[in-house]
Amino acid sequence: MLERSEETGALQADAETITLGNTSLVPDLSGALWLPETATLLVADLHFEKGSSFAARGVHLPPYDTGSTLAMLEQAAARYQPRQIVSLGDSFHDDSSRARMSERDVARIRALTGATQFIWITGNHDTAPPDDLGGTIAGQLTLGELTLQHEPSGGLAFSPEVSGHLHPVAAVSRRGRRLRRRCFACDGARLVMPAFGAYTGGLNVMSEAFYPVFPSGKFWVWMLGRDAVYKIHSRHLRA
Amino acid sequence: MRHDPLPMADLFDPPSLPEPFQDWFKARGWAPRTHQLELWAHAKAGRSALLIAPTGGGKTLAGFLPSLIELAEEKKAGTKPGAPRRGPHTLYISPLKALAVDVARNVETPISEMDLPIRVETRTGDTPQSKRSRQKHNAPDILMTTPEQISLLLAYGDAEHFFAGVRFVIFDELHALSPSKRGALLSLCLARIMRHAPEAVRIGLSATVAEPDRLRGWLMPQSGTTGDLVLAEFVLGQPGSKPEISILESDERIPWSGHTTRYAMSDVYRTIGQHKMVLIFVNTRSQAELTFQGLWAINDDDLPIALHHGSLDRTQRRKVESAMAAGKLRAVVCTSTLDLGIDWGDVDLVITLGAPKGASRLMQRIGRANHRFDEPSTALLVPSNRFEVLECEAAKEAAEGNHQDTEPPAVLKLDVLAQHILGMACAGPFAADALYEEICSAYAYRTLSRAQFDRALQFVSTGGYALKTYERYAKLKQTTEGLWRLSHPRFAQQYRMNVGTIVEAAMLKVRLVARGRRKPLGRGGKILGEIEESFIDQLAPGDTFLFAGQILRFEGLNELTALASRSNAEDPQIPAYMGGKFPLSTYLADRVRAMLATPDQWRRLPTQVGEWLTMQQIKSVLPKRDQMLVETFPRGHKHYLVCYPFEGRLAHQTLGMLLTRRLERLRARPLGFVASEYAMAIWGLRDLSLMIESGKLSLAQLFEEDMLGDDLDAWLAESSLMKRTFKNCAIIAGLIERRYPGQEKSGRQVTFSSDLIYDVLREHEPDHLLLQAAWDDAATGLLDIRRLGGLLSRVRGKIVHRSLDQVSPLAVPVMLEIGKEPVYGEADESLLAEAEAMLAGEAMARA
Repeated sequence: MLERSEETGALQADAETITLGNTSLVPDLSGALWLPETATLLVADLHFEKGSSFAARGVHLPPYDTGSTLAMLEQAAARYQPRQIVSLGDSFHDDSSRARMSERDVARIRALTGATQFIWITGNHDTAPPDDLGGTIAGQLTLGELTLQHEPSGGLAFSPEVSGHLHPVAAVSRRGRRLRRRCFACDGARLVMPAFGAYTGGLNVMSEAFYPVFPSGKFWVWMLGRDAVYKIHSRHLRA
Repeated sequence: MRHDPLPMADLFDPPSLPEPFQDWFKARGWAPRTHQLELWAHAKAGRSALLIAPTGGGKTLAGFLPSLIELAEEKKAGTKPGAPRRGPHTLYISPLKALAVDVARNVETPISEMDLPIRVETRTGDTPQSKRSRQKHNAPDILMTTPEQISLLLAYGDAEHFFAGVRFVIFDELHALSPSKRGALLSLCLARIMRHAPEAVRIGLSATVAEPDRLRGWLMPQSGTTGDLVLAEFVLGQPGSKPEISILESDERIPWSGHTTRYAMSDVYRTIGQHKMVLIFVNTRSQAELTFQGLWAINDDDLPIALHHGSLDRTQRRKVESAMAAGKLRAVVCTSTLDLGIDWGDVDLVITLGAPKGASRLMQRIGRANHRFDEPSTALLVPSNRFEVLECEAAKEAAEGNHQDTEPPAVLKLDVLAQHILGMACAGPFAADALYEEICSAYAYRTLSRAQFDRALQFVSTGGYALKTYERYAKLKQTTEGLWRLSHPRFAQQYRMNVGTIVEAAMLKVRLVARGRRKPLGRGGKILGEIEESFIDQLAPGDTFLFAGQILRFEGLNELTALASRSNAEDPQIPAYMGGKFPLSTYLADRVRAMLATPDQWRRLPTQVGEWLTMQQIKSVLPKRDQMLVETFPRGHKHYLVCYPFEGRLAHQTLGMLLTRRLERLRARPLGFVASEYAMAIWGLRDLSLMIESGKLSLAQLFEEDMLGDDLDAWLAESSLMKRTFKNCAIIAGLIERRYPGQEKSGRQVTFSSDLIYDVLREHEPDHLLLQAAWDDAATGLLDIRRLGGLLSRVRGKIVHRSLDQVSPLAVPVMLEIGKEPVYGEADESLLAEAEAMLAGEAMARA
């Protein structure tokens, strides 16, 4: 059975902003995060060349993930026209990702890093991102009151923080159906971004890894649907 | 060749069985049946044959007689000089492990009674590794096994030696095996067995099927695309006595809709009391649970009534089976796990709860009653709602007229082909030309084009992508002589872990714990069985549900185990999906439509049902057999359109999705739809009757066949049913590996999603082999597109429309389904929106 909102006959689509500290952020349907004040576009966990890393083990996933990820990033950049793009770590799936990458994809990355200020934050998969693709490399970045880093900190938060690493997904159950979607998760002090890469899996926000990130256990998620972003409180989520 | 059953006296000069066998028959007070002798005569002369005989007709014995006789003579003469056999003499292949074990027991009887020096062993997934490796160099005379084990054996380097001495290959329940992907894989395996043992005689055993020639062809090496089908010999057993089928005439009111048959529980209970041993078939596990609970709630006489379904723990099932065989039970409530020919005792009545959905399925179930062949089987059909009364009546007529609606064998499954190619590479380097030729000799792949084969080969080697970036990671590489060989032995290991075509839904064990406990104590409580992960995902701690014949309270998850405690609740809070899992067969659907169109036939129906149809005639209309009725009417603030295609829930669901898209484009503002086995109702905000009258909406255009083009394509991009279909293909083809419970520590938390692969592949390479395989499956599987296509072309120009002031009698059942139906993935967006809106509202109210 399928049912839609009776009043409008259409699906709801009001992407709310996320407030972190005193900063307003816009969660984009693609999984990117837009900071209007500084015209910065954030993405996390691109995992370029994840597909080809599987291929080396005999699992021949379609070799199009880097291209797909780049296409989404290019579209988001075209929409927001950012002054600056920050990739929050794990941009490259492993140390030899660069070597496996096609020339075409290399050129697309160079085009992106040439058109904006591009910052590669290091992650656990890419402690030393390639240095021939343009952009600058940093371990951490401060942007106004926000700290940007790959792995979220735990316990008491000292400053508002945006991170990735955990690949959050959230699940809700409605009418006997379980829906699982990538999401942004935020408790007002920390914001964890969804993984942006085409082949990145997810970790449920109700799992233990998130306990130290949201110590109160209370937070909101912004789930990425097909047409809109949906805001739901953690108490309604399923493990 | 004789097809007509003949009395024994008329038998063509009967070839007499060798002495020990004659004596054995005599000692049992039997005479060999015509079909047993006929089959033996063919096999002895080296001719393969298909035997179709009813249950209880000595079919299994007929299948084994040729090999038992030959083995007995061979042993008597001593081992033939010069030809010591390393492998088995006879392979017996059955679709079920349990059946292989059961039949092994039955074959032991003549062997031990005649004191023949013949060794029979089983080999299934449950056989210990040590025994399996021993069997490889010291094989039994008769090996009883499953298709998956045959695949594994053929993929070993020494397969040639193991299979070279095979004289007979017996395929049991071929009618059940051949329509599935397992059947397609087995067809390929047979082609390879025939290469190792060109003289091996194939014997197919089958229940009655619609087109025996297909199975006769299945048994024979075919000569590729051009030639006529090569057929095996055909032996037809004497049909059993005509079954006695009745339909329950209850004094209770027959429900409008639903699948519980709860109304009939006291009738069913009374009937059990009047019989020795009753088998009660239901269509789903949850229905089995409900029925079992319902019967025990009124079991004042404490009749021994048991429960048997595939999710129960194995030891529990074995207990029920042996109690059955010992005649200690009066009734067993069971699902299709007992459909196949396992013989467990003296059943004198088969009850089917809910419509049987297919004529052949009904007949096979009825065959379970009374294995004494000369007495008629008796069956009682219990319809669960009014439409099912019509369906039961149609099925009864079909069974009495012996009309079959079995599925044809599966052919050209490309994912299965890919798996087999890898298996053949594991066995040793091969030349592409030779393998192609071998594969085309398999019935299921006789029309495979060389281009398709080459693509499958490329897929196995490097993934088969247009973008050639994986050459250096190829699984198969060509030697300098042009042979294809595995590039690394670990791929053989990978193959063995992933062999087979059964992709099970992820299952979780259900463990009993004390109330309120989230972790098992010590070794923990009893394991009650396994349940679908997708079902457990719906539960919140504290929810109650039915399982293993009791109401349980869900406590929580502990890794791969669902913890549950006993509950005192009277009704489970979480109702399970109650619909049947088999769609109504096309054949029965046609008969039901014919019955609706023929008021003369209603006299046979219960009065309430006849009255219901008469009311429909007065208030609306009953369509002719070849017409499709569409009704439009307002109700509440909404406007409804109900159509009655009778094509099964799956096809109706696909239709509902596609009509929603069309109505949206026509600005009819559709809000939702619901599908049943018989009808589909869709509703929206605009007055559909008015739109039709004013010409803004043309029903002919609405149901135009072109909806299977772009609309379908756009929907498939997001359909979760399509994604599930794709995932199964990807696993079978070996692109992604199976997940075994416990293999990944946090399997539930981190999964590599096949959905992501689907999205990327669809975007970049829409004609990839795996997408083609998934599309082929979707045509008949969860989306039933082929049937929908048939419907749309059938009703062209034959749509009858009535615009009504209110719900028609015929529409009541489907209207009652609204709100009860589970939601499938297509509604994801609206559900998310609903979750946000409603949960936010809830949160506000609480704050």
